[in-house]
Amino acid sequence: MSNLDMTPGQRHTVMGNQAICRGALEAGVRVVAGYPGTPSSEIIENLARAADEYGLYVEWSVNEKVSLEVAAAGSLAGMRSLCAMKQNGVNVASDFLLHLAGSGVRAGMVLVHCDDPGALSSVNEGESRHFARMLELPQLEPGDFQEAKDMTKWAFELSEELGQVVMLRSVTRLSHASGGVVAGPLPQGEAKARFEHHGTLLDTNRGPVSSAPVSVKHARQQEKLARAVELFEQSPFNTYQGPEEPELLVITSSICQLYVKEALAMLDAAGRVGVLKLGTTWPLPPKLIQKNLQRCGRIMVVEEVIPFLEENLKILAAEMAAEVGPKEFLAKREGYIPSTGELNPDLVAEALARALDIQYQPRPAEYAALAQAAAPSTDSPRELAFCPGCPHRASFWSLKNALALDGRDGFICGDIGCYAMGARPSNYGILKTLHAMGSGTGLASGFGQLGRFGMDQPVMAVSGDSTFYHAVIPALINAVHQRSPMSLVVLDNSGTAMTGFQPHPGTQNNAMGQPVPPVDLEAVCRTLGAEVTVCDPFDLEATREAALKMLADQSKAKVLILRQLCALSPERKGKKLYDVQVDPDKCLGGQCGCNRFCTRAFGCPGLTWERETGRASIDEVICAGCGVCASVCPAGAITKTERG
Amino acid sequence: MAVELKHDPYNLIITGVGGQGNVLASRMLGSVLTSQGLWVTIGETFGASQRGGSVMSHLRLSQQGSWSPQIPSGQAHMVLALEPLEALRVLLKYGNPGSQAIVNDRPVLPYAAITGKAPYPDTGEMREQLAKLTARAWTIPATKTALELGAPIYANIIMLGALASLGELPMNRDDFERELTRSLGPAKVPRNLEAFDLGASMVAA
Repeated sequence: MSNLDMTPGQRHTVMGNQAICRGALEAGVRVVAGYPGTPSSEIIENLARAADEYGLYVEWSVNEKVSLEVAAAGSLAGMRSLCAMKQNGVNVASDFLLHLAGSGVRAGMVLVHCDDPGALSSVNEGESRHFARMLELPQLEPGDFQEAKDMTKWAFELSEELGQVVMLRSVTRLSHASGGVVAGPLPQGEAKARFEHHGTLLDTNRGPVSSAPVSVKHARQQEKLARAVELFEQSPFNTYQGPEEPELLVITSSICQLYVKEALAMLDAAGRVGVLKLGTTWPLPPKLIQKNLQRCGRIMVVEEVIPFLEENLKILAAEMAAEVGPKEFLAKREGYIPSTGELNPDLVAEALARALDIQYQPRPAEYAALAQAAAPSTDSPRELAFCPGCPHRASFWSLKNALALDGRDGFICGDIGCYAMGARPSNYGILKTLHAMGSGTGLASGFGQLGRFGMDQPVMAVSGDSTFYHAVIPALINAVHQRSPMSLVVLDNSGTAMTGFQPHPGTQNNAMGQPVPPVDLEAVCRTLGAEVTVCDPFDLEATREAALKMLADQSKAKVLILRQLCALSPERKGKKLYDVQVDPDKCLGGQCGCNRFCTRAFGCPGLTWERETGRASIDEVICAGCGVCASVCPAGAITKTERG
Repeated sequence: MAVELKHDPYNLIITGVGGQGNVLASRMLGSVLTSQGLWVTIGETFGASQRGGSVMSHLRLSQQGSWSPQIPSGQAHMVLALEPLEALRVLLKYGNPGSQAIVNDRPVLPYAAITGKAPYPDTGEMREQLAKLTARAWTIPATKTALELGAPIYANIIMLGALASLGELPMNRDDFERELTRSLGPAKVPRNLEAFDLGASMVAA
């Protein structure tokens, strides 16, 4: 049973991402594709699990651009289709998205893009709503869990009515939060796909599909937007609540509308403030905006990160100045709402309290003082560290030692995946650059060419296996072809570990759990012309030697594959390879001369330093039994015994 | 269905360290309370903080509808903490004089403590602060009991058992047993129900 099975008419508590999936099922979606990225991943995961039951095709594509192409093929053949990705994915997909916007689609097609304000699980807080404006596509933003379902269903109908792909934006606090959703009925009936292509180039439903002839198609695209505006004027997803003539009008969208509701309750100010909640945020419906701007002279715009709504509203307010009069805006540019980081009820309450001149104190001053006094106990934050048993800790340990032994101040260009945590001090601070998928290899390819300008530091790049297929291959082709003396280390843990262990082209099963031919990573590298070495990162000595050899060879691009299962992979999770013990007679702790080497330098959370005994010990609750620390102790005081 | 809540929304925070079963506990609790007719909104920490980082789930229970998945500062009614330092961390931001807390007594050392860069706070001191920052607090040996049951992961169910027995929220053993069967499958019910009962016996209302 998939967790999208819900009783129609009954309320269920589900994640925002699940609500989106249920909406897609209620719309009769058939083709689904995406690439994993927090906070979007559960959309494809849930639909993949439901594929058999509901007759869907679901795939984890090699990257977001390809996933959009796969979903578009579904739409062009008459199947409603959905594509899901995180904010960066829209950058990757945007090249095709621009052309798809020009060509239009046939059966309803929805691009769900999930932003991460506050960068809770990202190395950026990019705003993908701007693609809607830049590429001239309609943009929807659900404001709660029920809307996440209902708007997704409606997005398919809208897409079909317009013949255009519709962008539906979620954010972490909707995608990953859970709330009440009343399920609707599911459609019945078989689906048959067929691509009509014998009509003329201008025949939208039967001809070949292209954004050319551009002059005609681009004009048509803008007519679709104009039609979207007409529909948005009437949309039930744009709502107004509050007095007819409020002191302040708040205009908001997305999950921010819940923060506004909460803040008004906290300040007991609902009677003074009107709230216009917009579900259709591009293009904005001008009649609806005009009617609401006329309510009062002070406008607060509550949205996260970049002032998207704010700027578009200000343009409309300027255009309508004769009808609506001058407006005072209280938003990001005026310093009421922050322009970085995610919002929350407290930040919105602060802005509202300032605008309405209300004094608000969340708890008695006396309690606040007690909390202040207790604060030093909690000073030490929990630094993110690799999981106990993580092969990346072992890999980075060996790479760190190899770079030190090489002695030329070499460095590693990082990439996107769990191993990006290698940039943190708790994971040896070993990554010195960190950008987009595949960029570590591209940067290393560039650094490798700088020897001619006197640069004598060797360079390495790391990449995970999923990242390798996604965007490293072209960069590696470049490095090999340009003879860049760099070393690519592929940290192959056999899955897309960071986002929950999704399959990728190197794995033996697809998203729906069916067997598929894995694309051999090692063979791909060799075919591209790279010299390849494969090592088990748990073998610290062999890994260090292999890395040293790579660093020494400054003639060409090389690949070192470090292969070991993720500690959380289904095959490994909860299973200890070894029982690990500290021999209390051999561990002399502070007296050893090693200066607590295992805990101070290696730093696995399964190993702890006991202040009372002055010795290392294994925390049986945390240790995953990889046994790597046994190779680290200079005194041989940590022992491992294989488990039967 | 008419269910009495002491506050609306009732704000509950489950906290701990990534890997302790925080998310599962919040979902099971949310599911049980939804079946009682309440609107439940849950905000969770995900992603890179899954392992070893501080994690927190915010549960909002209401008769009226969805609330923000983030509880405003100073507004927690109940804190369920799988780790003592995290209990304190949460109370500093979300506690108020009426807050209550159930706390697992077993520390999980932060990286800075493992590497010897910073000490883990003194247990006695933390207890004192906990008492000052709550109206009522219970400290229970959840991980120790879970290890006796066979695996540390039962600690989250022990904590839920303790919470259920306080009578603060409309949930009982039968509701919970149904949820265990639904979310974990029948084979895992007896041991988890045992954990639930042990938790219930650890707090006196």
